[in-house]
Amino acid sequence: MSVNTKIFRTSTFRLAAIYLLVFALSVAAILGYVYYSTVGLLERQTEETIRAEVKGLADQYRVRGMPGILDVVVRRSIETNGALYSLVGPDGVHIAGNLETMPQVNLADNVWLDFPVIVGKGDSAVEHTAHGYHIELKGEYELLVAHDVQELRQFGDLIRNTLYSALALSLLLGLSGGYLTSRNFLRRVDAITEASHSIMAGDLSRRMPVSGSEDELDRLAGSLNDMLSQIERLMAGMKEVTSNVAHDLKTPLTRMRARIESALRNSSAVEYKSALNQTIDECDGLLQTFNALLSIAQSESGQVRRQLQMLDIHDILIDVAELYEPIADEAGGSLTLEAAPHLTVMGDRQLLAQAMSNLLDNALKYGENEEGKGADISVTAAIDGQDVVITISDQGKGIPEEDRDRVRNRFVRLDESRSKPGNGLGLSLVASVMTLHNGQLHLEGNQPGLRAIMRIPSSTTIPASPSR
Amino acid sequence: MTLPELTSAPAQGTETPMRILVIEDDRDAAIWLVKGLKESGHIVDLAGDGEVGLGLALEAVHDVFIIDRMLPKLDGLSVIKKMRSEGIKAPVLILSALSDVDERVKGLRAGGDDYLAKPYAFAELLARIEGLGSRKLLDPKDAKLRAMDLELDLLTRTVTRGGKPILLQPREFKLLEYLVRNGGHIVTRTMLLENVWDYHFDPQTNVIDVHVSRLRGKIDKGFDEALLQTVRGAGYMIRVR
Repeated sequence: MSVNTKIFRTSTFRLAAIYLLVFALSVAAILGYVYYSTVGLLERQTEETIRAEVKGLADQYRVRGMPGILDVVVRRSIETNGALYSLVGPDGVHIAGNLETMPQVNLADNVWLDFPVIVGKGDSAVEHTAHGYHIELKGEYELLVAHDVQELRQFGDLIRNTLYSALALSLLLGLSGGYLTSRNFLRRVDAITEASHSIMAGDLSRRMPVSGSEDELDRLAGSLNDMLSQIERLMAGMKEVTSNVAHDLKTPLTRMRARIESALRNSSAVEYKSALNQTIDECDGLLQTFNALLSIAQSESGQVRRQLQMLDIHDILIDVAELYEPIADEAGGSLTLEAAPHLTVMGDRQLLAQAMSNLLDNALKYGENEEGKGADISVTAAIDGQDVVITISDQGKGIPEEDRDRVRNRFVRLDESRSKPGNGLGLSLVASVMTLHNGQLHLEGNQPGLRAIMRIPSSTTIPASPSR
Repeated sequence: MTLPELTSAPAQGTETPMRILVIEDDRDAAIWLVKGLKESGHIVDLAGDGEVGLGLALEAVHDVFIIDRMLPKLDGLSVIKKMRSEGIKAPVLILSALSDVDERVKGLRAGGDDYLAKPYAFAELLARIEGLGSRKLLDPKDAKLRAMDLELDLLTRTVTRGGKPILLQPREFKLLEYLVRNGGHIVTRTMLLENVWDYHFDPQTNVIDVHVSRLRGKIDKGFDEALLQTVRGAGYMIRVR
C-alpha cells in the first residue's frame, strides 16, 4: 500500500478532516452573516424605499386622482436619485415617468421584477439591471417604480465570490495541512513499526526511534523502549538461568548414569539395590532443585502479588524459630529470637517462611564457629522507620565482601568442595521473595559471621493496595 | 520406585485392605501405581479418563479415590465435584503436576481431601492414602485419642502414658495428635510439615527428624515398648497394637 492511500486511513488525517469540516462550516456561517448584513441589508432598504414610494403614489392617485399622481411622477422623475418611474395608460401608452418603455416581462398586479434598463446616451449607453414593483391602478392604469440596482448587484457578486474563494482557500489549506501533519505522523509510526518488526525478527538490542519532541508518540516510544530493556534483561537472566540449570543438572545426571551403568555390569542383587537407592536420593535432590526454581519463578511471576495478605512477621518468626530451635540446639549451638510485637506487612506466609527458613538453613550450615561447635544464631525483628527489619546473624565464617552480591545469583555456591548439601538457590529465593514484597535483602559482616537483613515495607492498619 | 522397601516395611497397614479407584490417564504411571497399591494389599480399580472414572465411582463403593487433575473427557476437579454432588463421601487424593499453593487450594475446595504434587515418592502416596482411608475410623468429636497405653485428651490438651502424665509443648502435642490420628499408618515428613506446621515447602535441613526424636524422648523414654517408630525411607508411625 502506498503512503498516499494509507494516509487517508490515519487517525490524524481523519481528525484533520473533521476539523476542516467544522472550520469550513464556521467560515461559511461568518461570510453568510456578512452577506446578509451588507448586500441583504441594502437590497431590503431599496425595496423599502420602492414600497414607500409606490404606496405614496397610490395614495396620491386615490386622493387626488390622475392629476395628483401625474404631478408627483413628473416631479420625481426629474430628480436624479436613481429612481425610475413609469405610468402607463389603459391602452399601454406611456403617460409619465423617466422610464419610457415598460418592460414586457411581467404585467401582473403587485409583483417584484428585475428588468434591464439603458443608462446614458449614445456611445456611453450601457445596460443596467433595475429592480422594481409593479401595481395596477384603478382605470387600468399601471405604475412601475424601480431602482437601478446594478452597483448593488455587483457588490453582491463581489461578496459572494469572496465568500467562495475564502471557503475554497480554507478547504485547500486545511486539506494540505491535514495531509502534511498526518504524513509526518505516519512516517514516525512507520519508523516505530519498522523497528518493532526488526525486534520481532530477533534484534532485541534495537530500540524505538524517539524524536525528542516529548509528545505522545515519544512517550509511547519511550515506554516501549523501557519495556524492551526490561524484556532484554529478563531474557538475559533467563538465558543465564537456563544454562546454569542445564549445567547443574548435568552433574547429577552424569553421576546417576555412571552408577546405573556400573550396577548393570556387576550383577549382584545387593549392588542393584544400593545403586537404585542412591539413584532415588539423587532424584530427590534434583526434585528439590526444581522445586526451589519453581518457588523462585512463582515469587517472580507476580501472580502471588495479587494475593498478598496482612501478616504479622512476629508470628511467622515465632513459628519458624520454633521449627529450627531444636536443630540448632542438637548441633550444640543456639537460636535466640527477639521480635517486637505487631510487625504487620502485606505478604505471602509460605514464601516469607520459606525465605526465613532458607536463611536459617544457611546459618546452621555455615555458621559453625571455629571449634566446629554448632552455630549460635540470633534472630531479631523490629520496626525501623517505615520498614519491618528482620536480621538473622551467625558467628561463622561469613561471606567475603566481594562475594556478597554474587551469592544471590542462582546456583552460586561459595563452598567449592560442595561438602555441604545444597543447590545454590537459597539466597536467590530470599532475594526474589524480598522483591515480591517490595523489600530488600542485605548481607553484612557480623564480625565474625554473617548478618542477613530482610527489610520489608511495613503495612500499618490500612492495608496497602495489593496490586502495587 | 521404592517398591521392594515398602512391601517389606514392618507393620504396613495390609491388615485393612482398601478398595481404591485410581483415575489416571498416564498409562505407565498408572500401571506402576496400581502395581504398588496391589503389592501393599489393596484392591485397585483403574480408569483412564474422567468419564469412565466417574462411572466406576458411581457404580461401586470405594474407600479412597486417587484422581489426577488433568484428565481427558472430564477433568479431575469436575469428577470430584460430580462425585460429591452424588453423595460420595469417601476421601479423595488429588495428584497433579501443578504444585502451586494456589492450585492446591483449588483442589481442596473442589472437594479433595489431600493434594500430592507430581512427581511423588510412592511411599509418600501410600502413606497419604492409608491416612485418608483410616480417617473415617476416628470420630472427630471424640475428645480422647488412644494408641496402646498412650492417651491424648483433646479438651484438656494433656497426655498420659500408662497413667503417667507427660508434659508436652503445644507444637509437640499437635505433632503427637496427628501421629495418633494416623495411628498404625506411616506418616511422611512432608505430611507432618504440611499438617502440623502448615508449611508447603521443603526446608533443606531435615527439621522434622529432630522434633520427632524429641517427642520420642518424651513419650517412649522409660517405657519398655517404643510407640513411635521410624520407617526407613518413608517416615514415622505410631503403633496402635
